[in-house]
Amino acid sequence: MDKLLLIIKREYLAKVRNKSFIVLTVLSPVLIVGMIALVVYLAKVNSDDKRVIAVLDESSFFDYHFQSSVQENYVEFKDIKLQTALDSVNQLGFYGLLYIPTGTHIDDVADQITFYTKVSPGLDFLSSLEQRIQHRIRDEKLKELEISPQGIKKLNQRFEMNIVNFSGQKNVKGISEIKAIIGGGFGYLIMMFIIIYGAFVMRSVIEEKTSRIIEVIISSVKPFQLMLGKIVGTSLAGITQFVIWIISAGLLSYVMLSFMGIEFDVINHQANISNGAIETLEASASKDTLQLYINELVQIPWVTLVVSFILYFSLGYLIYSSIYAAIGAAVDNETDTQQFVFPVITPLMLAIYVGFISVFDNPNGPIAVGFSLFPLTSPIVMMMRLPNGIGDGGVPWWQLITSIVILMITFLLIVWLAAKIYRVGILMYGKKPSYKELYKWLRY
Amino acid sequence: MPNLLVVENVSKSYGNFTALNNVSLEIPKGSIFGLLGPNGAGKTTLIRIINQITYPDSGRVIFDNAPLNQKHIQSIGYLPEERGLYKSMKVGEQALYLAQLKGMSKAQAKEKLHYWFDRLDIGHWWDKKIQELSKGMAQKIQFVVTVLHEPELLIFDEPFSGFDPINANLIKDEILRLNQQGTTIIFSTHRMESVEELCDQIALINRSNKILDGKLVDIKRSFKSGTYEIGIHCENQSELEQQLAQKFSVSPGEFKSFDGASSLRVKLNDKDSPNDLLHYLTSLGMVSHFVEVVPTVNEIFIEFVKDNVNG
Repeated sequence: MDKLLLIIKREYLAKVRNKSFIVLTVLSPVLIVGMIALVVYLAKVNSDDKRVIAVLDESSFFDYHFQSSVQENYVEFKDIKLQTALDSVNQLGFYGLLYIPTGTHIDDVADQITFYTKVSPGLDFLSSLEQRIQHRIRDEKLKELEISPQGIKKLNQRFEMNIVNFSGQKNVKGISEIKAIIGGGFGYLIMMFIIIYGAFVMRSVIEEKTSRIIEVIISSVKPFQLMLGKIVGTSLAGITQFVIWIISAGLLSYVMLSFMGIEFDVINHQANISNGAIETLEASASKDTLQLYINELVQIPWVTLVVSFILYFSLGYLIYSSIYAAIGAAVDNETDTQQFVFPVITPLMLAIYVGFISVFDNPNGPIAVGFSLFPLTSPIVMMMRLPNGIGDGGVPWWQLITSIVILMITFLLIVWLAAKIYRVGILMYGKKPSYKELYKWLRY
Repeated sequence: MPNLLVVENVSKSYGNFTALNNVSLEIPKGSIFGLLGPNGAGKTTLIRIINQITYPDSGRVIFDNAPLNQKHIQSIGYLPEERGLYKSMKVGEQALYLAQLKGMSKAQAKEKLHYWFDRLDIGHWWDKKIQELSKGMAQKIQFVVTVLHEPELLIFDEPFSGFDPINANLIKDEILRLNQQGTTIIFSTHRMESVEELCDQIALINRSNKILDGKLVDIKRSFKSGTYEIGIHCENQSELEQQLAQKFSVSPGEFKSFDGASSLRVKLNDKDSPNDLLHYLTSLGMVSHFVEVVPTVNEIFIEFVKDNVNG
C-alpha cells in the first residue's frame, strides 16, 4: 500500500510538473476565453464599419421604410435618374444602391427592385434587406385584403401542448432538452476524460519501456501496483487540470462578460427577432413558467446523478485506462499504437452518437436500454438517461443495477486481462505486437 | 558455507518455448557467483524469477532458508541488463523514489545517498535531470540505486557495460568491497576476463539447461590436461623437438617468444610429473618459460557451448 501511494505520488508529480501539461493547463482557458472575446470583438469592429446604402424609391411604396440601424445607414435619394444616382453612389463610396422603380401595384414594383453594388453583399445583410422588403409587401397586401394588423395579431395565436404525467405533475416544454443537455454533458465529460488521460497513461507506460527503467521498478513492486498507481496518479493529475480549467474558465468568462456586457446587449438588439418569438420569450419569462422550470430543475435527481457519475466515471475510466496501459505495454513506440487505439475509441464514439441521436429522442427505447447495459458504452449512455430520474418515467431500477453489475464484472475482467498483457508486454522489446501475439501473452 | 540462495528444479516456459528446464543452483553466502551462458540461454529468465518479476512454472527458490516471498524484495538488489532511469526526473528525487520503493524510509535513503554520492564524487548531480547526464554518469547513478538499500544479495547483469575502463574499475572495486562486507553477488556477464577475476563459483546455462556448475578452481582443475607451455633455448631446435616428441606429445606453443626461444606445448603422460619434464628440459637447453596450461573460462565456455550445440 505504501508503495502504491509512492507510485501514485510520483506519477502525479511527474505529470503535473511536466512543462507541456502546465502550459496546456494554464493556456487552454485563456485561449478559449480569449478566442471567444476575439470573435465578439471582431464582430463589434465589423459592425462599427457602417454601410451606407442609398435608396432611390420612385414608387413611394417604401417611403421612410428603411430606418438606419447600427450596421446600416440608409440615405434616401429623391427625384434623380437612376444613372445619376449610381454615379453619385459610386463617387461617394457608398456600399450600394437600392433601386425601387415606379409602378401602380406593389407586385410590379417588387419584381423590378434591384440592388446595385460593387462587391457581392454578405448573406446576412442581403437577407435582412430582403426581409424588410418582404414585410413591406406583406403589409401592403394585407391592406389590399382589408385585414387589420390587429386581426393578424389574433391570427398569430400560438399553441402549446400541456404535458402532464400520470401523477398529475405538469411538464414544461423544453425541460427534456435541458435534461438531455445535462446528461449529455456528463457523458461527454466522461468520454473526453477517458480519451485524453487514457492516452496519457499509455504514453507514460511507453516512456517507462523506452527509457528501460521498467525492469528496475518491477524488481521492487508488482507490475499491477505500478499499473494501478500510474492510472490513479494520472487521473488525479487530470482531475486537477479539469478543476483548474473549470475555475479559471469561470473566472475569465466572468471578467470577460463584465467587460463585454454592453456588446452583448447590442447584439441582442440587432438580432431580428420576430414578434412571435418575443411574445413566447415574454410568456416563458412570466413568473409561473419560470417557477415551473425551477421546479423541474430541482426535481432532477442531482444526488443520484452525481453519485452515479462518480461511479460510472471511475469504473469507465479504470476499464479504459487499463486497456490503454496494456496497449502501451504491448508496443515499443507510439506509432505502433494506432491499430489498438482505434478499436478502443470506437465504443466511446458510438456511445456519444447513439446517446445524442437515440437516447435524447427516446430515453427508454430499446437502443438506449441496450447501450446503457453494454459495459463499454454504459458509463456514457446511462449518464445521458439518468437526468430523467430513476423509477417512474425514468430509468427502471433493475436496469441501473444490472448496468452497474455488468460494468463491475467487466471492470474486474478487463483489468485482469490488461494486467496480464501489461506484465508480459513491459519486458518485451522488438516484438511487433499483433492481436495473436497478445492472445499468446494472456496464457503466459 | 551455508547457501543464501537455492534454486530447486526450476522450469519456466513461454507458450511452446522452454526458457528454463529443471535448473538447480546453490549460491553460497558471501560468494561471487558467475551466471554464464550465451544469449537467449535463459539467464535473464532465471534472474527475473529470483527477483520475483516472473514466477516459475515448477520448482522453487529458497532464499536464506525460506521460500522466496515478497519480503525478500528488499533483500535483493538488481541491476538489469536493460536498464535506465526516468529521463526527465532529477537525480536525487529519482534515487529517493527508487530507494523508497525498495522499502527504505526517506530519511534513511537520503543519508545513504549522500554517503554514496560523496563516495563516488557525484554529489553535485543531485538536482540535475538524467537527460543532462552522459551515459556513463547515468550508469553510476544506476549502480548507487541498486546497492543503496544494502541488500544481502546483489544481482548484476552486465554491470560494466557503458563504463569507460577507469569507471569500470571503480565499480569493480566497489563490488569487491561490498562482497568483502558480506554481500553475496550474482554476476551475469559475457566478459569472461571479469568472471575469471571476480567469481568464486560459476554456473553455465545453455539452451535452458544448466550444463555446468561448481567452484571456479575445481572446474578449471578438472579441465586441465597436464599440458605445459615451454620456452627453451638450444642450438638445434628441430632435433630438440624430435627428442621431446619421443617421450611426450608435442605441439607448437601459442605464446610468442621474444628472444628466439622455441615455443612448444608439451602434454605429459600419466606417469610423468611436471618435475620430470622440467629436469629433462634443463638437460636439453636453457628454459625461459614453463607454465601449466589451464583453460580459461572463455575456453571452457566456448568448448561447452559448442559441444552442447553439436550434441
